Amino acid sequence: MSVIYRKIKKIIGPLVFLDNKHDVQYGEIVKIHSNDGKVRTGQVIKMDESIITIQVFEETAGLSSENSTITFTEDSFKIKISSDMFGRVFNSLGKPIDINTKQVLDTEILTEIERDINGLPINPFAREYPSEVIQTGVSVIDGLFTLIRGQKLPIFSSQGMPHNLLAAQIVTQAKVLTEEPFLIIFCGIGIIQDEAIFFMKKFQESGNIQNIISFINFADDPIMERLIVPRVALTTAEYFAFEKDMHVLVILIDMTNYAEALRELSSAKKEIPSRKGYPGYLYTDFASLYERTGKIKGKKGTITQLPILTMPGEDISHPIPDTTGYITEGQLVLNRNIDKKGIYPPFEVLASISRLMKDAIGEKTTREDHADVSSQLLSSYSAALEVRDLISIVGEDGLNFNQKALLKFGEAFEMSFLNQSHTENRDIETTLDLAWKALSHIPRHQLLRIRQEFIDKYYVGEV
Amino acid sequence: MNIYKIMNESEEKIISGYISSINGSLIKIKGLEDQVRLNDLVKESNHKILGEVIQIYSDHVIAKVFENTFNLKLNEEIISLQEPLSMELGPGLLGQIFDGIQRPLEATFLESDSRGFLKRGVDIPSLSRKKKWIFKPLRKVNERVNMGYVIGTIQETQFIEHKIMVPIGVSGKITYIAEEGEYSIIDEIYRLKRGNDEKTFNMIQKWPITKNRPYKERSYPQEPLITGMRAIDLLFPIVKGGTVAVPGGFGTGKTVIQQSLAKWCNADVIVFVGCGERGNEIADVLKQFSEITDPKTGRSLLERIVIIANTSNMPVSAREASIFSGVTIGEYYRDMGYDVAVLADSTSRWAESLREISGLLEEMPAEEGYPAYLPSKISSFYERAGVVNIYGEDDAGKKNYGSLTIIGSVSPPSGDFSEPVTSTTKRFVQAFWALDANLAYSKHYPAINWLKSYSKYPEFVSDWWYERDIYWPEIDIDWYECRNQINNILSQENELKNVVQLVGEENLPKNQQFILFIARLVRNSFLIQNAFDLTDCFTGIKKLIGQVKLILLLFNEGKQLLNRGYLIEDIKDLKIINEILRIGRSVSNDDFKALERIKKKLINEIESLKLLHGVFKKK
Repeated sequence: MSVIYRKIKKIIGPLVFLDNKHDVQYGEIVKIHSNDGKVRTGQVIKMDESIITIQVFEETAGLSSENSTITFTEDSFKIKISSDMFGRVFNSLGKPIDINTKQVLDTEILTEIERDINGLPINPFAREYPSEVIQTGVSVIDGLFTLIRGQKLPIFSSQGMPHNLLAAQIVTQAKVLTEEPFLIIFCGIGIIQDEAIFFMKKFQESGNIQNIISFINFADDPIMERLIVPRVALTTAEYFAFEKDMHVLVILIDMTNYAEALRELSSAKKEIPSRKGYPGYLYTDFASLYERTGKIKGKKGTITQLPILTMPGEDISHPIPDTTGYITEGQLVLNRNIDKKGIYPPFEVLASISRLMKDAIGEKTTREDHADVSSQLLSSYSAALEVRDLISIVGEDGLNFNQKALLKFGEAFEMSFLNQSHTENRDIETTLDLAWKALSHIPRHQLLRIRQEFIDKYYVGEV
Repeated sequence: MNIYKIMNESEEKIISGYISSINGSLIKIKGLEDQVRLNDLVKESNHKILGEVIQIYSDHVIAKVFENTFNLKLNEEIISLQEPLSMELGPGLLGQIFDGIQRPLEATFLESDSRGFLKRGVDIPSLSRKKKWIFKPLRKVNERVNMGYVIGTIQETQFIEHKIMVPIGVSGKITYIAEEGEYSIIDEIYRLKRGNDEKTFNMIQKWPITKNRPYKERSYPQEPLITGMRAIDLLFPIVKGGTVAVPGGFGTGKTVIQQSLAKWCNADVIVFVGCGERGNEIADVLKQFSEITDPKTGRSLLERIVIIANTSNMPVSAREASIFSGVTIGEYYRDMGYDVAVLADSTSRWAESLREISGLLEEMPAEEGYPAYLPSKISSFYERAGVVNIYGEDDAGKKNYGSLTIIGSVSPPSGDFSEPVTSTTKRFVQAFWALDANLAYSKHYPAINWLKSYSKYPEFVSDWWYERDIYWPEIDIDWYECRNQINNILSQENELKNVVQLVGEENLPKNQQFILFIARLVRNSFLIQNAFDLTDCFTGIKKLIGQVKLILLLFNEGKQLLNRGYLIEDIKDLKIINEILRIGRSVSNDDFKALERIKKKLINEIESLKLLHGVFKKK
């Protein structure tokens, strides 16, 4: 018993206005059939006694006030989910597609369940504090910014930097120390086809493709779909994590495209902009995605998020990275100067942080000296960079013994700890041993952040 | 069932209207315009969703709904609850976690079928009706009581004795009072008669969140709130009853500071408002507080805390309420004579929720889209702090005091302190702990920038510290003077930094090099503090004074040595310096003897340096 409208009152960008003639639900999904044969989807975002405002998810070009019929579905936006999805690629609306041709395939998937893509907030009381370490095999992450199951840890990058390579490396190498398998959900938001193909190739090489579900919104797809696709991916993740006891790692790339779509829509709705034209609710909207992460008491599965965003103008204070950093539990920042030096992964170590690692690392999970070592590496590296600045003033000869030691440490840290091949998979022991090798350029008594017992045990420099 | 009405329920007349428009979390209601007051609560009958009236017009009213409005339809029935959003106050608040409008999140998780998620229209009372409390009466029949008089007590937790007080605005003669025994909060506890009017009371009081709870008079703060953070307790102290803002960009450690305060500051009751922040942070607080035990009582710290959680993905419209909900609960415990600290993390998210609602209302925006009434909202929050002479009977002529301290963190976009929320907040707080991204990058935590931060409280608390000073004849200065000297060293360092950039440190005169050396020592051994180290996380009063005096002692002695021609390298190489650097982690709070040993060693090393040098001179 769905209601059908045959006349549109007004069309402005992605918004369609109708004269209200029936009993409509707020948030209801509508189907718009136009005479060119296309079917578009939209949602009721505002309604009063005379007018219904509908936000259309696809392109509105080609619609006129007379050429379309609008069907009210009496339902919210739902996606079909099943384990039939493993190893396959879908578009923003959950339809299977071919990644090389961008065509929608006519093979429907089986449906185990239908779920509202907006999800529900997790009760803060029901959350369990995440504490299981994910080993990525990348020294700088495992050693300094350990990734935890149930964490949301974004990568702040810029165009032209190897964030895709890093993401692919993490996806293919990531494992929990208890060896349980991951489900990986890959969500491309407004990415170009080449990137999508690159990721698929990497996933295939890993031999792990059966554990990956991909959702792709291409750069030339309508912007409304960009706002849908992460929600579709996260709804799928929630089902497998909290109903099927799986550990799900969600990669969202690129959140900058998402935020730009949000800005475009906001401007079409004539809202009052906040910073740089982004709407005031950018924070709330981001949170509604990022917060769909974590661990729930009494459930085995978890959701971990690794959003990737490119900082416009390489500016970390731009609203997109800034807002993200306020919500996520840390950030991994890539830096072009380090990249130019040929170091991979090109981390800006001092701007990066993982907030959840403090309680998760240590004797039982990684190694007893892990916390002290990571704190010492960061503080010594910061001191080493200060010494480098000093060289430009006093010259290398003007440095004292301690400063020269720091300089050597800095070099060793960058070249052998930070730097590694994108196919190299280091375990946590190797990572920490490399850290000690670098630290041993510094005299023992300068290692203030490490407990004496660990210095005695692991220090490998000359006394 | 209306959970917000406890008494006289049957007498209620139902006042209803219907929805005529929906726009996000705002709904327009017709049929209520002549019958509701501004800020009254309304409830949608079908989904049991609550809202608050925020505008009244001649033919409709506008309400802000506290949950998402999906699936609502036009013409659905809306009932007026005929009262503003109020807190339910009584035994059972401590150790609980509530959402922004005081729905109990633990009970929601345990008693509903929501499986860890928050569904709409939860209808569970804020405080448990089932739990029995042991009530001890303190009054007798025929006694006259006024508002604030304590009728009896309940040991709510090991820490806190809950005082059952006569509600604000009520007085009379006791005609009945319950005997000592077990009662639930809705059982009748006493009756008061005034004239011919007799009223029955249980343990629950209600209070609208936007209204200050009254007190007799405001008093002058004199006692510091000891935080255990050296940088704060020495340089930027705060008083019980004071106000502080903690601004900082992301990654500067606001949340760690708030959590450390919640754990270690010497308030009796903590109200922690997680406002628009991460869900995992609330989980962290809950976990840490149930695990950490108070050294004095051996009980879990959870027993002195009330948590209000409106995480960033929970409805924005309840976020504005969450801050005032927290303060109202804080005031209630203050009125029992306790020292209460309300920690709000973060007030920026709260301000943003105002902006969002204001945007939906299409109000004329002021700076950066924030409504023009932002300053008055911020001031109405911070002005509820203070040390006050509370209502109730004075103890043998001695006045009773309670205090409410407010510590609000601010999250300025891009760490820019000139943005509206930070700059407005600055006008209404007395202390400002500016967190600095550069310090955080160099792993200097707590990242409190000593040049940008300030506190107007040192003069208030210097007498308090003077009484607790430890006397070391070698360095006879008190807390206030220590503070001045440390400040002086740090500001000299700042001036010298520019010169160092030009000529390099080695080329400065010896005494200036020494100032830089001591300033580094102050930063590394005193200001830097590891919040996660079991010893370093809290520094007691004596340890703090000892630590700072050791540094100043070295500074004074070193200066004299330099003036007498000793080499700066020899002073820098003193073995004791390494020990001073490690005091934070190696000396426990009650081990004052260890500090005295270090002092003795320091003096011995200096003496032997003098001697050694003397020998060389003779040759």
